Amino acid sequence: MDDYVITVLSNIGMISFIALSAYLLLLTGEISFGQQAYFGLGAYAAGAVTAMLLLPIWAGILVGACVAGLVAMVVGALTLRLSGLYFSISTLAFAEMVRLILLIVHVQVEVEGEMVGPAGAEGFHGIRWMFERDLSLAQFMLLIYGLLALVLIVLLLMERSRLGSVFRMLGSDDLLAEMQGVNTVRYRILAAGVAGVIAGIGGALYAHFTTYVEPQFFNVMLGVHALAYGLIGGLGTAFGPLIGVAIDVGFLEAVRFIQGYRMIVFGGLVAVLLIFMPRGLLDEERVHRLRTLFSRRSHARSQQS
Amino acid sequence: MIDFIQNTVDGVMFGSSYALLAIGFTIVFGVMRRINLAFGASIMLGAYAGTWLHVHYQVHVLVVALTTVACTIVAGIYVERLCFHAVRRDAALASMVSSFVIWMQLEEASIHLLPERTYAFPGLFAAGAYELGPFLFRAEQTAMLVVAAVMVGVLHLLLHRTRFGVALRAISENPLAAAYMGINAAWVVLCAFALVSMVGGIAGYAILATDEQITPFFGLWATFKGLIAMMLGGMGSLPGAIVGGLLLGVVEANALWYLGTEYRDLGSFLLLFAMLVLRPGGLMGQRILSREELAFRRV
Repeated sequence: MDDYVITVLSNIGMISFIALSAYLLLLTGEISFGQQAYFGLGAYAAGAVTAMLLLPIWAGILVGACVAGLVAMVVGALTLRLSGLYFSISTLAFAEMVRLILLIVHVQVEVEGEMVGPAGAEGFHGIRWMFERDLSLAQFMLLIYGLLALVLIVLLLMERSRLGSVFRMLGSDDLLAEMQGVNTVRYRILAAGVAGVIAGIGGALYAHFTTYVEPQFFNVMLGVHALAYGLIGGLGTAFGPLIGVAIDVGFLEAVRFIQGYRMIVFGGLVAVLLIFMPRGLLDEERVHRLRTLFSRRSHARSQQS
Repeated sequence: MIDFIQNTVDGVMFGSSYALLAIGFTIVFGVMRRINLAFGASIMLGAYAGTWLHVHYQVHVLVVALTTVACTIVAGIYVERLCFHAVRRDAALASMVSSFVIWMQLEEASIHLLPERTYAFPGLFAAGAYELGPFLFRAEQTAMLVVAAVMVGVLHLLLHRTRFGVALRAISENPLAAAYMGINAAWVVLCAFALVSMVGGIAGYAILATDEQITPFFGLWATFKGLIAMMLGGMGSLPGAIVGGLLLGVVEANALWYLGTEYRDLGSFLLLFAMLVLRPGGLMGQRILSREELAFRRV
């Protein structure tokens, strides 16, 4: 594989984190325009840990995930009583606040004769952990996909557990859920926190892959794309958002001749898709049908033997 | 003190354009209970079409203004057909995402029309300023305030004195009852989109004529300002949109003066977030029902 392919695949992997993060909130019925804030916070926190404190990358990812998760829980608690569009706009406002604050933040320390740290609009340069360790792009890609697989497994297990049912219950009717004895407050904050952690991990990886981050990258476009991926790929399973990312980043990178008309083609495609499949390619119904198909087949096979 | 008053006056003048953008969002929200994220982008496409004529054929300014408004209306109708009319009734989320991707589409189409970063945008008359006592007023900002005031007056008459206005308000009050009264909701919604696109087109022209230039960031900017102003005033409320727009303008002007450029947008988002957390319904919007009240409603 050449570096270009590896870069595209790594981008798919890293963007998948924020898509999964938006997807988790979509399950609970909340539309967030602001997951890019946690992606950004994760990136800055992880960068600060490895480049300014010179700690290893696992500490960076851990801190990035924790910072993003904690902030997400606080924001989740503040916006508890909001729902629908009010919630969406509040997440948008918060994410823009984070981006604008990162544009102002200027904290630098001297590391090996160089000033390293967030420098306002110029971004945070010199997150060189990967190059200092002589890691190749391919090795780093393995790290990305390893963590992505971990997150995916957790999400898939969650969907089969009681927690997953509770999240979907909140999504379809939170009043009914409350009457069934579900502590909606606790689960809402939990969902916000987990979504923040997932986005934070993605951000931490992103900072180390590109070696520098700037606030401008974490603008609302990233957040709304993350949201759109879930809706394109489907809300029935955690694989849905990954399909959405693969279609956008993968397919459109591959089809070079529409470069420059990318959004015109992609936008039109998605708009038409949403007319026929308002909950995406792999929606709940189709996932259920696929699942019964497979289980019937394995059932038939076990009876034959 | 004089600074503060001057800033506030400037803020009110510029805020009047935010109010027009907010009206675009609030009317669509009123009749559809959905948000049209492509609103700013459709204005941008209209303005780009006008600028394109200006750049290539040096047409008269009035033609630019009319093209801007006309193309915004066409773009608005396109958005309505594709993202709102065609998408299933129960899929409000799909509508929003769909209008977002169409935003991107319109934006890219605009950039293909005029690929450079900035273009000069022709104003209706030369920029000037006049003084009243210790205060300085810019002529084109005053014109914007007048335009906004006239538009709000016309809209008020339209909504309260015509059959179309009554139908529109009936749908936003109770769509089912409106349908029983024989109101053709699909047609009224289409007309509402055309109407708000016209308002948006005029507001867009006024804003760009004041700025004297157009950049590819205009779509995002217009969508954000309109959304924030609407949320500050309260969703679906026409007076709220006006108050929200003016408040946003005043806060921005003062934040810019006292704190600096970086803090202008930060101040407006902080205001929005605080408003949503403390008083979600906005200044003039309906109170959001509590969970208990919602439960009672269902029984």
